[in-house]
Order: sequence, then structure tokens, then C-alpha cells
Amino acid sequence: MSRRNPIRLALLLVVGCALASCVRHEPERELTVVGWGGSSQRAHRDAYWTSFVVHTGVPLREDVWHGGIGVLRTKVQGGANDWDVVQVEVEELLMGCEEGLFEPIDWQMLGGREQYLDVAVNDCGVGAMVWSQLFGYDAARMPEGPRNWAEFWDVQRFPGRRGLRRTPKYTLEFALMADGVEPADVYKVLRTPEGVDRAFRKLDEIKPYTVWWSSISQVPDLLASGEVTVSMTSPGRLLVANREEGRNFKVVWDGNIYSVDYWVILKGSPRREQAMQLLRYMKEPEHEMRLAHFIPTGLSNRAAIAELEPEFKRDTPSNPENLQHAVELDAQFWVENLESLTQRFNAWASQ
Amino acid sequence: MATVTISVSDSMASGEERQDLRAALRRSERRRGLLAVALLMPLAIFMLACFFAPIAVLLARAFTDREVPAAWPVTAAALRERQSSGLPDREIVMKFVEELAASRRNGTLLPAANRLNHALPGSRTLLVRTAEALPATSSDAPIDVLANIDARWLAPQTWAVIRQAAGPLTSFYVLAAVDLHLDAGDRVHASPAGQRVFISVFLRTFWISAVVAALCAVLGYPLAYLLSSLPERIAHPLLVLVLLPFWTSVLVRTTAWMVLLQDQGLMNGMLRDLGLLSEPLQLIYNRAGVYIALTHVLLPYFVLPLYAVMKRISPVTTRAALSLGATPAQAFWRVYFAQTLPGAAAGALTVFVLALGYYITPALVGGAGDQMISYFIAFFTNQTLNWGMAAALSMLLLVTTSLLLVFCSRLSGRRELALR
Repeated sequence: MSRRNPIRLALLLVVGCALASCVRHEPERELTVVGWGGSSQRAHRDAYWTSFVVHTGVPLREDVWHGGIGVLRTKVQGGANDWDVVQVEVEELLMGCEEGLFEPIDWQMLGGREQYLDVAVNDCGVGAMVWSQLFGYDAARMPEGPRNWAEFWDVQRFPGRRGLRRTPKYTLEFALMADGVEPADVYKVLRTPEGVDRAFRKLDEIKPYTVWWSSISQVPDLLASGEVTVSMTSPGRLLVANREEGRNFKVVWDGNIYSVDYWVILKGSPRREQAMQLLRYMKEPEHEMRLAHFIPTGLSNRAAIAELEPEFKRDTPSNPENLQHAVELDAQFWVENLESLTQRFNAWASQ
Repeated sequence: MATVTISVSDSMASGEERQDLRAALRRSERRRGLLAVALLMPLAIFMLACFFAPIAVLLARAFTDREVPAAWPVTAAALRERQSSGLPDREIVMKFVEELAASRRNGTLLPAANRLNHALPGSRTLLVRTAEALPATSSDAPIDVLANIDARWLAPQTWAVIRQAAGPLTSFYVLAAVDLHLDAGDRVHASPAGQRVFISVFLRTFWISAVVAALCAVLGYPLAYLLSSLPERIAHPLLVLVLLPFWTSVLVRTTAWMVLLQDQGLMNGMLRDLGLLSEPLQLIYNRAGVYIALTHVLLPYFVLPLYAVMKRISPVTTRAALSLGATPAQAFWRVYFAQTLPGAAAGALTVFVLALGYYITPALVGGAGDQMISYFIAFFTNQTLNWGMAAALSMLLLVTTSLLLVFCSRLSGRRELALR
């Protein structure tokens, strides 16, 4: 008996401490901003986040995500939300706003809606980057590359494999453009069943030559290794690779589809005022201009666009030349049809 | 022991005392049983609350429909009762128009519109446009008010989709997961050929997992045999090499394969240098890449259980078989291999079940036609917020895998009985 008592006492103490540590209140976490990772994350950190912490003294934590509105829904509705400010694509903005996953933006704090491009203004989010999907090739392997989507489809004149993203989004639009549809009419045609059939028939032509990638980070590697000779891409990745790795990639702006990524604040964030502070800091014209120095991107603040040096505007959708033969992504179309078209795309891909 | 019994029966112990003993024995057994159960209770409660209950709640989404009843409760109830396949009555349409306008104001319209859009693409714009264009008052019949905004309101299909989404319970997701759907008359039909994808993806998933399990078995068995027969001081470093991939991220391993298998990669370069190839072999972005990468990722799961089993087999049995006149081949197959079979089967089953759930690896190294079912589950969960569909596909995967495991355990149970 006298031998067992100390052991029992020790056991009780251990169990008691374990339980007590569960009950102890967790310290509140810092303001958390979430980006896309890779060169985009680095550019945001160098342009905004390091100096934000220095100037305001607000501790900031970074995180990375790869998209998917379901992730945000799980965080907000699951009750274990550890993110505050997130950069989302336009469909995620629309669907999340409908579901009530985002806090409304205080536009007064950001200087009013008129200060920004129309496309960058939304009740639930403010434009973060304006970017495009287009195609690019390695000029080191192919000095003369295709100049538009019809030539992208021409495997006789420009031999080699093609890279396309494994999703109907963008791919169907580009197929229609290659088939001769003007960019401005692409979504009109795509909303008809015959238009969708036409896009899939055009894709049949290029199917044997296509490498389907799933993550945009694969594209510079695919082009550099020669696995594909021409690939759908966003310009930023290739141009940053040119700068950092000494590559000679070229991008073609004809027929590009441009779109906006937005900053949103997740619903129920305990640091809402600090999140708005961060957004205001990032959207001030002289601060927003900095981002374009680190990664080619279009800006959303009108004053910032006007003041930006021309060499940083040249390779972005902020350059009017690049939008001459382009179309804006129709987010409503894809929110409605992504599911059915993805099923059809996968059925088509399995044949 | 026998002596004790005899002495008890020999002694003057009466029937009463024997009954007391038996009762005391039962009591102590029951106490021990209760103690065991009580010790397991915290774990059982934890598993129930944190594992089984959340999974059950999520899988229940495959059978339940909440968005439409939440947005238009009276209409949903009325449509459910009538169960007719034509256009609904005037009162129901009138109530629907009222509730449609109300749902636009209170924010329940869009979740319901998205739900209907899963069943009938185009319903989302239809509902949003109709709700926006509804006049405040009108003298027309309500069905005409709707038909003026969009002719689709005169189609029975539109109302059938709303009715089929109205119930607390639904068969929509589970049917869609096997490429079926209900038509306007509530009859089950196969989906159109261009949309049929899930049955073939399920079969593809099971096939790829089976092939990967077989490849792991063929490659892993000699490896495990080598590890178990080497002396410990050599076997242990080799075991660490087998375990090393475990400790690196799956993504890193997969991207390493991309470097190795691509056209200008090491594999093709080596084969070209050896003069075996003039054109590069397509080893990646197709089924071959999926098999190679998945086998590499899952091989440790086969080797380790088998190694554990092989280590316990005494070499005496093989030597005994040889001394009794068996040829080396016979000794291996009928004595050694037969003893390792349960371990190999367990390892192969582990690899099979794990491969069923992989989707990152096929997504990175596979072609467009090589995607496995988990890719679609992730797509529905993350990209389109169609958790009902994700739950239905998950449930189907769970049920088929469980049936397979039950079948396999029955098989192995029967074999064990046969051996005895």
C-alpha cells in the first residue's frame, strides 16, 4: 500500500495537468494573410508585408493556399478559422460572398469606390492583382513562335507538344478562339450547346499532342525541359523565370483572357480592424505600385496605374496594347457551368 | 487443477457452497469485464465524437437536401405532397412567386439556385434573373408572369427539378454518383453519354490500385526477403533506406519522378546513351507514369509488414522440408511462401486501400484520362462546393471498399480453416 500511493499520486498529477492545459485559454493568434505561394508570395512579401510590420507594428503571419472555395467554407463554418485576409480568384469571391463567408469591405477606409477600376470593386472584396491567361514558348528552342491561338493549334508549322491546363475553364475559350471566334464573342458562343460542341471538336484536333498540367508552377519546367514547346500560362511565371533564371521565354498577348484576384476578409475574423488596416496599406497608390516592381501584374488603384513607370506596365494587363484582342473571364458563366463542363471534359478526356 | 476439483467434491461442501462459488466467480468476471469496458470508454467516446460522428454527418449530406426547403418552405412542402409530374397548380405557383421574392431579400436564394443548378445546368441564371425581374404586382396568372420572364418555367422539367430537391431526403446525389438521374416523371435514366464519367472512373480507380498492389508485391517480396535474411548490421541501414521516402513529402517525391521520367530526363537519357532508343519513351503524363510513381510511393507499406512476418519465420521449417525430401523449389513454395502469404496479403491490401485514396500523384504525373475518384471528390469539395456529390462519391467508395475487405477476410478465413 505504501509503495502504490506515490505512483497513484503521480498519475493523478499528470492527468490533472493534462486536463488543465486543455482548459487553459489559447492566446489569440496574429493577423494572418494568405497568398498563392511561390514567386507571387515572395513579391507580396517584398512589396507590402515586411514594410507593413515595420511601419505599423502589427504582427503579421503568412500562409499559403492553392485555391478552392471549399477550403474557405470549411474554415469559416467549421469554427477553426485561422486565416484573416485571403487572396481569392473571382469565382471564389462570387461563391463565397453568396454563402456569407466574407466580411463586407469598408470602402470608406480604402478611399472610396471611385478610386479603383470598376472590375476591382466588390462588396466582399477589393482587387489585388489583374492578371491574364495566355500562351508562351521558349524562344531559345523556337525563335519564331506562334502569334495567336490558331497558330498554337498548328502543329505542322510549330511542331512539338502543347501544354494546356487540365480543366475546361480557359481551354474551351482558347479552342473557340483558335477556331476563329473573336475574343469578344467567345462567351456568347460558349453559352450555346453548339458552341460547346464546336470547342470540343477543336480540342480533338490537338488532343494527341497535349500535355495536361494541373499546377501553373509546372509550366516553366515543362518549357525549359522541352517536354512541351508551347504552353498556356500566365505571363508572370515566365517573365520572373526570365529574370531569375536567365531564360528566354516569350509570351503572346493576342487572345488572352484577363481576370482579377481579390483580397477578402473571412467572416468572423477576430482581427477585422487590423485586416482593414492591412488592406488600406496595400491599396495606397505608392504602396500598390511596389508590387508591379516584383512581379508583372496589373494594378487596381487608378492613381497607382497612372503613376506606374511604363517599363513595369508593359507586360501586364494594365497596358492597353495587351488588351486589344482580349476578353475578360466571365465568372458567372463558370460559376454556373464549371461542374457540368468539367464532367463532360473528363468524359471526353477518357476516350 | 484436477486435484482441486476432486478435493472440493470430496469435501463436505454442500450444493449451497458450490452455488456461492459459482456466483462469486460470475461476479468477479463481470467486474473484470466492466473494468475493461470502463477503461476503453474514453477512447470509444473520443472515436465516436471526433471520428465517426463527423464522418456520419458529412456523409449524410449525400442523402439530404436543405437549400430548397430553407429558401421556399411552403412551396417545397406543397410540391412534395402533390407529386405530380406536370405543371403545378395556380396556388402553388403563386406561393412560389412570393417566396422567390422573399428569398432574394433574405439571402437564401443563391444556395437554392446553386443546388438546382447541379441537377439542371442553367437553373442558376434562370432563378437569379427571374427573381430580379419579378414585378411587384401583376394581373396575369402567376405562371404567365414567370413565363414572360423565361419560357423555361413552362417546361415540366424545371418544376420536376424543384420538386425533386424539395424533400428532406433525396436520391439525386447517389444516383448521379453512378451516372443515373431522375427524369420529369421520377423514372431512373442513364445520364447522357457525354456526361457519364463516374462508373468508368470507379473502375479505373480499382484497376489502377490493383495493378499498383500487384507491382508492389512483385517488387517488394524479394526486397523484404533480402532484408529479412541479411544479418542485422547490414539489414538495418538498408531498412532505413526503405523508410527514407516515408519521411519526405509526397509532393517532393512526385516532382522528383517528373524530373526522372520526362523526355529529356534521366531515364530517357540513359536508355538513349545505351543505344536502346532513338525516340524518347513517353513515361510521364500517361498511365505508365501513374503506375511508376504510385508504386514508388507505396512500396514501403508493402515491404514493412512483410518484413515483420518474414523475420518471425524460423529457417528450421524450410530445412526440415528439405530434409524430408522436398526440392528447393517445393520447400520454398509450400513451406516458406505459404507462411509469408498472410503478411504479403496484408501488405497488398494496405497498398490497395491507400492507392484508392491517392489523387495528388495521378494529378501531377498522369494524363487527362488517368484521374482517380478522389480527384473528383476533391473537385466537388473544393471547387464547386457540391458537398452532396462529394459525400455520395465518398460513401460509394467506402461501401465498395468495405465489401471488398469483408470478401477478402472471408476468403482468408476459409483458407485458414482449410489449412487446419
